Amino acid sequence: MTALAIWRQESTRFVALQIGGVLLIFALIAWLLGNVAANFAALDKTFGFGFLWELPANYDINQTLIDYSAQSTHLRAALVGLLNTFLVAAIGIVLATILGFAVGALRLSENWLVSRLASAYVEFTRNTPVLLLILLWHGIIINTLPHPRQALSIADSVFLTNRGVYVPKPLFEVGFLYVLAVFFAGLGATWLLCRRQRDTPARRLSVAVAGVVFSVALAAIAFFLAGNPIRFETPALRGFNYQGGLSLIPELVALTWALAFYTSGFIAENVRAGIMSVDCGQTDAARSLGLPRIRILRLIVLPQAMRVIVPPLTSSYLDLTKNSSLAIAIGYMDLVATLGGITLNQTGREMEAMLLVMAVYLLISLTIAAFMNWYNNRVRLPGR
Amino acid sequence: MKRILGIAAAGLLLAGHANAATLDEVRARGHLQCGINTGLVGFAAPDDKGVWRGFDVDFCRAVAAAVFGDADKVKFTNLTGKTRFTALRSREIDVLSRNTTWTFSRDVDLQLTFIGVNYYDGQGFMIPKKLGIKSAKELSGASVCIQTGTTTELNLSDYFRANKMTYQPVPVETNSEALTNYLAGRCDVYTTDASGLAATRVATDNPEAHVVLPEIISKEPLGPVVRQGDDQWADIVRWTLNALIAAEEHGVSSANVRKLATGTSNPEIARLLGKSELQGRARLGLAPDWVVKIIAQVGNYGEVFGRNLGPDTPLGIARGLNGMWTRGGLMYAPPFR
Repeated sequence: MTALAIWRQESTRFVALQIGGVLLIFALIAWLLGNVAANFAALDKTFGFGFLWELPANYDINQTLIDYSAQSTHLRAALVGLLNTFLVAAIGIVLATILGFAVGALRLSENWLVSRLASAYVEFTRNTPVLLLILLWHGIIINTLPHPRQALSIADSVFLTNRGVYVPKPLFEVGFLYVLAVFFAGLGATWLLCRRQRDTPARRLSVAVAGVVFSVALAAIAFFLAGNPIRFETPALRGFNYQGGLSLIPELVALTWALAFYTSGFIAENVRAGIMSVDCGQTDAARSLGLPRIRILRLIVLPQAMRVIVPPLTSSYLDLTKNSSLAIAIGYMDLVATLGGITLNQTGREMEAMLLVMAVYLLISLTIAAFMNWYNNRVRLPGR
Repeated sequence: MKRILGIAAAGLLLAGHANAATLDEVRARGHLQCGINTGLVGFAAPDDKGVWRGFDVDFCRAVAAAVFGDADKVKFTNLTGKTRFTALRSREIDVLSRNTTWTFSRDVDLQLTFIGVNYYDGQGFMIPKKLGIKSAKELSGASVCIQTGTTTELNLSDYFRANKMTYQPVPVETNSEALTNYLAGRCDVYTTDASGLAATRVATDNPEAHVVLPEIISKEPLGPVVRQGDDQWADIVRWTLNALIAAEEHGVSSANVRKLATGTSNPEIARLLGKSELQGRARLGLAPDWVVKIIAQVGNYGEVFGRNLGPDTPLGIARGLNGMWTRGGLMYAPPFR
């Protein structure tokens, strides 16, 4: 048998193709960068991020989690927007998870009505565009809730209006630190006691319940001894709006709720798929041992189902976080609306602003993915 | 692979076009691409047949008449306050005619060329009559609907700070979104240019239920914008505006322009209408009778104003600052000489 010429060997071709592919990708990137540079030069534009801290933002933002005024820098405005994004994503993820797990489990219920209602919920949430849902909930809130002057009030301290939900704001005095210290000391002691009862789950549960009750009671006593160290600032109608207290603006409520509503449909399906992936022999075996249904779900089915649930759950969380950029449709001031919107528009730094926004979303997504991978490794059944 | 080559080729084409003259580009395309508002009665709004009409739309038509001799050779791109400059700079449109305020930063830092002022405006406030507010100074604590990416957003912040008042901004993208929020009571006040308030007010079911407060808190000189760096194109657009104004000043209207074009004893009108030589006109690359085409098809500045915004329209805006300089207004065109 004669040896093939080197350029006819499969391994050579394989390596050559790989090298060629990499070169092509690099050439494309170089060409893109060159094109950007050429167009920047043609427009006489410079590239730099100085605008972020050199110029005052000059615009106001209606929901700021940190101190901010129109004289703050564009960087601070971007930070305010980023925190607003985080707020929506965090609340949205928690809400979507709770709703999704509940609906997913209900969909497998043997009660015909319950399972059909759960299916209807899933089909509706999954099959409507999320932008429409956001506009729908925003419309519902601003058109059905009353004007501040006719606010719906609960015990004259919580007010529902189409400008937002106003609740009393707790103001903590120094004495409250003692209350917290007593409470957490109690919880810590309970935890230590529980660890000793590791081998007897039933006793461990009763120790835990007793410990928590005891801690709460101690904290209550400390609360009175410290002389009621919490005061409440009640919102009150002054002029056009309610002032004081804590407020949730309608845009936040509508956006968070719409995103959670939409994503929960997907999560519910993942949960259902996960539960159904567990062999029914497992359930039958548990039943034959006389375990009640809820404990079968909690102790046998869910731990095995999590292997299947977690990977798609990660992408649902990523979707929710990225979809939060639709905030702009209802004027919620998230990262896209501040840095990628008004700042971009006032400074004309499209390239820089958009690159930054993309980098930040990438970072958030990678962080969520990293956390979920870590969690996935934890819930994975060993030995499989 | 084919695809990548395709993308690369498209990119090269774009890069190649970056420095082409706008006039050649427009001629080759066969129509003018003009950026207008997403919907503002009187300035740019579709009529009952879906045709875009308004003050800003008519300016686009005037430029098309100057370039092609046909005011209908124009296509419109609807832009929000935030997308307008990007659209212009990325060559998506040739002219931006979208009630845009001329400011230092936009002219110098954003590298746009404002070719003049076609509407002198100022920012005001509109509020439901039933709230009983008589002055903008009483607005402390109010929720204010405001279009993002505009100068009004910055003026609002300055005004409330200067008067030591607080407010809750309710940011919106477009005028119609602002109206929805305002009518639903999400905000107490809507603030934008006074002309925009007049247009928004007549778009409500009951205009009488809303008042525009007397304070005008800023200067908003609105005008058409082109990209910086193409002087020939800037000149065409600038002198289209000047022709509209000069025509009104000299009494040239769509009714008499054909007749005046056949002969007139007024030398300025003769130069304006291409009857006697106007030195340098050929450099613009336009036909000798370009102004005749504009005025015959679109009308002069006064006609455009009257048709879209004037007392005979639902908006009923008086000429005021936008009157001819000969009648106490600010409209003043450099001579055609």
